[in-house]
Amino acid sequence: MSLETLWFIAIAILWAGYLVLEGFDFGVGMLLAIIGRGETEAETNDKRRLMLTTIGPFWDGNEVWLITAAGAMFAAFPAWYATMFSGFYLAMLVLLVVLILRNMGLEYRYKRDSAQWRARWDAAIIGGSLLAPLLVGIALTNLVHGVPINAQGDFTGNFFSLLGPMSILGGITFVALSLTHGAFFLALKTTGEIREAARKFAGRFGPVAWVLLAALLIWANVHTGTVWSWAASVVALLALGSSALADRAGRDGWAFLGTFFAIGLTAATYFLAVYPDVMPSTTNSAYSLSVHEAASTHLTLQIMTGAAVVFLPIAILYSAWNYWVFRKRLSPANIEPQGDPLAPVEAQPHA
Amino acid sequence: MDALDLARWQFAITTVYHFLFVPITIGLSAIVAGFHTWYLRTRTPEMLRLAKFFGKLFTINFALGLVTGIVQEFQFGMNWSEYSKFVGDIFGAPLAFEALLAFFLESTFLGLWLFGWGRLPEKVHVACIWIVHIGTVLSAYFILAANSFMQHPVGWRYNPQSGRAELTDFVAVLTNKVQLVAFPHVLASAYLVGGSVVLGIGLWLMRKHQQDRGMYRKAARVGAVVTLVAGLGVAISGDSQGKVMTEVQPMKMAAAEALYTTRDSCAEFSIFTVGSLNGEKERYAITVPCLLSFLGTGSFQGKVEGINDLKRELPAQITQEAQARQEPLRYVQPPDAVFTPNIPLAYWSFRLMIGVGMASCAVAVLALWFTRKRRDTIPRWMVWAAIATPFLPLLGNSFGWIFTETGRQPWLVYGVMTTATGVSGNSAGAVITSMVVFTLLYAALAVVEVKLFLDYTRRGADPYHPTKQTAEDEPLAFSY
Repeated sequence: MSLETLWFIAIAILWAGYLVLEGFDFGVGMLLAIIGRGETEAETNDKRRLMLTTIGPFWDGNEVWLITAAGAMFAAFPAWYATMFSGFYLAMLVLLVVLILRNMGLEYRYKRDSAQWRARWDAAIIGGSLLAPLLVGIALTNLVHGVPINAQGDFTGNFFSLLGPMSILGGITFVALSLTHGAFFLALKTTGEIREAARKFAGRFGPVAWVLLAALLIWANVHTGTVWSWAASVVALLALGSSALADRAGRDGWAFLGTFFAIGLTAATYFLAVYPDVMPSTTNSAYSLSVHEAASTHLTLQIMTGAAVVFLPIAILYSAWNYWVFRKRLSPANIEPQGDPLAPVEAQPHA
Repeated sequence: MDALDLARWQFAITTVYHFLFVPITIGLSAIVAGFHTWYLRTRTPEMLRLAKFFGKLFTINFALGLVTGIVQEFQFGMNWSEYSKFVGDIFGAPLAFEALLAFFLESTFLGLWLFGWGRLPEKVHVACIWIVHIGTVLSAYFILAANSFMQHPVGWRYNPQSGRAELTDFVAVLTNKVQLVAFPHVLASAYLVGGSVVLGIGLWLMRKHQQDRGMYRKAARVGAVVTLVAGLGVAISGDSQGKVMTEVQPMKMAAAEALYTTRDSCAEFSIFTVGSLNGEKERYAITVPCLLSFLGTGSFQGKVEGINDLKRELPAQITQEAQARQEPLRYVQPPDAVFTPNIPLAYWSFRLMIGVGMASCAVAVLALWFTRKRRDTIPRWMVWAAIATPFLPLLGNSFGWIFTETGRQPWLVYGVMTTATGVSGNSAGAVITSMVVFTLLYAALAVVEVKLFLDYTRRGADPYHPTKQTAEDEPLAFSY
C-alpha cells in the first residue's frame, strides 16, 4: 500500500472518529430539548445538568478529533485541505460559529445561577449540537457527490452549490444518527428517569434514522459506489438495526456500540466510495482532485506516519482511560443541588 | 479594501484575540499545578483553595483559547489556500503534530482534572494538571516552529515539477534558529502573563478579603516571583532574538528602529521619537548611543544596516535566490515593489512590547516590597496597579505579535512567498462577512468572558473542603 493510500485511510479514520465520538455529545446536546424538559425551570435544569455531566469529561477531547482530522489533511493532502476549506467557505464559517457558541455554552452554562443565563447557553448548546452535525454532514456528503472544480483545481461554486438534495439528505442523516447515538449514550450512562426517556426516544426515533441512512447510503453508492463501499453500507445498516434489538433487550452498551459502528461505517462508505479521488469535480471528472495529486511528499508522509504510529495509539489509550475513569452511570443523587457558584464566601477563620 | 486586505485584517484580529488566551492558559496551568502540588506536599489548606480558585479562572479562560484556536487552524485553508497549497508539505506537519501530541493531552487531562476530584488517587490527579501544562508547552513549540518557518524558511526546497515548496529536513524545521530563540521568548512571556495574573489578583484580594489576607499575600508573592523570573527570561531570550533577527531579517530590525541609513558601527538605539518616521524630516528623539549595535550584533561597534540600503540590496538578492531555485518570480515580487514593512507600526509596536512587558516586572518588584513581612497595609494606588498588571504583559504579547508579523511584510514566507500570492480566491464579500462575524462574535464573547472572570475573581476562593473519595451514590465533587 502506498503512503498516500495509508494517509487517505488515516484521514478517513480521523473523520470517522470525530463523527462517532462527538456524535454522541451532539446527540446529548440536542436531546436537552427533547428529554431534558420538566414542569418547571428547576426540574428542566436538574435533568439537563445530569445529561450534560455524562458528556462533561469527554466532549472537549472528542472535538480534538476534528482538529486532528483537519491538521492531518493539511499536512498529508495540502491541496485537499486548501480546496475544501476555501471552497466551503461560508459553510465552514457557520460551522466555526456554531461550534464556538456550543463550546462556550458547555463551559459557561453552569457558571452563573440564573434561569436566563442558562436559557441562553442552552439555546447555544442545542442549536450548536443540531447545526454542527448538519453542516459536517453536508460538507462530507459533498465530497462524495462532487463539487464544481475547474482545471486549476479551484472550487468554482458558492454556498448554495453545496446544498444539493443529496448533501442535504446527508446532513439530516448525520443529525438523525447523532440523535440516536446520543440517546443510547444517555441510556448507557444514566439510571432512572433519564435512561427510560432516552430509551423510549431511541426506540421511536431509531427507525426514522434507519430509513434516512438507508436512503442516503443507497443514493451515495449508486452515485459513486464500489463493492467495498456497498459492503460497508450494508454492515452500517445492520449495525444500526441491531442497536435497536440490543436496546429492546435492555443491553445499553451493545446498543451504543451499534450506533457507534453505524456512524463509523457510514464515514467509511463515503471514503471508500470516493477513493482514489479526494474531491471529485462535477464540472469535468478530469479535473477531480485525486489522492496522488493532493498528497504531500514521501518524506512528509513518512514523518507523519512515524508520529501517528507512536502517538495516535497513546492518545487513544489515555482517552480510553478517561472513559474508564468516568464509566459509572450517573443518577440524580450524583448531582449536587443547584447552588449559586457566585454566592459570597462565608468568612473563614484564619488558617 | 480587497479580499487580501480583509483576509489580513481577519488574521490579525483573530490571532491577537486568540493570543490573549493562550499565554494565560500556558502560564496559569503551571501555577495552578504548582499550588496543587504544594498542597499535596504540605497539606496547607490555603494552597488547595488557591489551586481550585485559580483553576476555575483557568477554565473560564481555557474555553475561549480552545475555540479560537480552531478558527486559526481552519483559517489557513479558508483564507490562505494558495499559501496552504504552496507550503502545506512543510507547514501542515507541525499543525498535525500539535493536534496529535498537544491538544489531545490538554483536553483529555483537563477533563480528568476537573471531574477527577475525589475520583482519582491524589497523585494521579495532580499529575493530570501537570500534563495539561505540558500539553500547552508542546502546542506552543509546534505552532512556533510553523511560524519560524515563515520567518526564516529552512529544511525545504522548491520543486519546479510540482510547483510548490517541499520538505527536505524536518529536524531543521523544528530546530530553526529563529525557533530556538522564539520559543523561549514566547514561553517566558506566557509565564510573565500567568505570574502577573496571579500577582494582580492576589494583591487585589488581599485588600478585598481581609479574612483571607494571608492566603492572597502568598498568591501575590508567588505571582510576583514568577513575573520577575519570567521577565528576566523574556529579556534574555528577547536579546538573543534581536541578534537572530538582525541576521535573518535585517529589514525587520531596521524597521523596528526606523533606521534609514546604515551605521557601520555604534548604531544608536532610539527610545522615543516625536515626528515622522519616514526618514525625511528631522525629528526629536531620545537615543542611547551604540546600544542598537550591541543588541543587534553583540558588539557596540557592530554594523547595522539601514532601510534605504536594504531597499536597494534586497530585491536583487531575493530575485537571484528565487531564480537559482527555479521558483516563478511572481511569488517574490511584492505588489508595487514595496519591500519594506509599515515602519511606524514596527517602530512603535516594538517599543510598546518592551515597555509594557517590563512595566509588569516593575509592579512585581513593588508588590514584593509592599507584601514583605511586618507590613500590613497596601497603598490604594498599589491595588489599582495590581488590577492593571495582568493587562501589561498581555498587551506586550499582542504588540510582540503585531511587530513580528507585520515586520515580516511584504512576505508571508520570508523571501520565498509574498503575502499577496498566498490568499484564497474568495470574493471580498465572503471575506468581509467572515471578518465581521468573527469580530462581532469575539467582541461579544470578550464582554461575557471578562465579566465572568471578574465576578469569579471578586468573589474569591471557596472555603477549604478537603477532597474525599466520592462514593457512588453521593454528589460528584464537580458536575455541571
